[in-house]
Amino acid sequence: MCTTCGCGDDAGVRVTEPGSRPHSHPHSHGDGHSPSRDDGHDHDHRDAEHGRLVMLEQQVLAKNDRLALANRHWLAEREILAVNLMSSPGSGKTTLLERTIRDLDGDLPVSVIEGDQETQFDARRIQATGCRAVQINTGAGCHLDADMVARGLRVLEPPRASVVVIENVGNLVCPALFDLGEAAKVVVTSVTEGADKPLKYPHMFRAADLVLLNKIDLLPYVDFDVARFIRDARSLNPRVAVLPLSATKGEGLSDWLDWLRKHLAES
Amino acid sequence: MHELSITQSVVDAVRERLPDTPIASIQLEIGKLSGIVADSVRFCFELVVDGTPLEGARLDIDEPGGRAHCACCDTEFELEDSILLCPCGSADVAVLAGQQLRITSVEVV
Repeated sequence: MCTTCGCGDDAGVRVTEPGSRPHSHPHSHGDGHSPSRDDGHDHDHRDAEHGRLVMLEQQVLAKNDRLALANRHWLAEREILAVNLMSSPGSGKTTLLERTIRDLDGDLPVSVIEGDQETQFDARRIQATGCRAVQINTGAGCHLDADMVARGLRVLEPPRASVVVIENVGNLVCPALFDLGEAAKVVVTSVTEGADKPLKYPHMFRAADLVLLNKIDLLPYVDFDVARFIRDARSLNPRVAVLPLSATKGEGLSDWLDWLRKHLAES
Repeated sequence: MHELSITQSVVDAVRERLPDTPIASIQLEIGKLSGIVADSVRFCFELVVDGTPLEGARLDIDEPGGRAHCACCDTEFELEDSILLCPCGSADVAVLAGQQLRITSVEVV
């Protein structure tokens, strides 16, 4: 399997940059990643009644967490702020990104890793703003993992001191569990989805470093209790910041852009 | 359906640590606050081990409950779900247990 683009991957994951020319094989890529070995340990315990018991004491996601740590180091060395953008399908992640890139107007360099099961629609939408974007298609997969993001980063080659937004697969369940090496997990919810989402999907809202409440221009037309939404989100995640905004009309966008500037300065 | 990739990670980790060793059983700890459904892992396990040296191995899952500490009243209490609320009414609580997702041991044939 090509470790850069994933072509030939049995798992069906594909990393592509729409519009780029196909590359030839064989090739090599310096990756700068050197994941450490297992963090667990093992030793034997004899049991007369049963077989030999080997203590592993290993985190199930240890491998993903090691790769995420390698991504985090790789990004930190380059002073890159990586944001893992998560939501249900249709909450407006891609529209928010298009608007964010347009409003920043080159103020902050942004590039994007798009995650979807299929199609290059979103990467092409981002590219249309003039921004670099690679598409990861997970095939049957319901979330991005640290290995996919490592491969995406190598294709994307983001510049130093820039922002990389990783738009995760639209899903309020699975992506919450997988560390990608990002600096912050940002959860987007739209008012058309209903204010009950935090309590229905507690793991996602517990994992969030920031919650963006999108489509607030539609509040006059939907039954959405903003105060209840914020209260429920904070019952799961007491200190989480919630920024209401409208990606299409621009209301509240400046708070989100300020958040990006502040966190890039700290990375 | 992240349980499928979680279960694949369990099987990969065991095979990496004990390659070519016949395995009788695997002991897992899946905390009640971990976001993983133990029954789904059991279901996926049979699919994932099919055709591997782990085929036929037993999967034992321990599901420890959630515990948290309240900074307001300085007490520990049981957490039934992810709502971080102490019986005293404070939400200033830290989760102490229940989020585990670990392979504790394996039994070799």
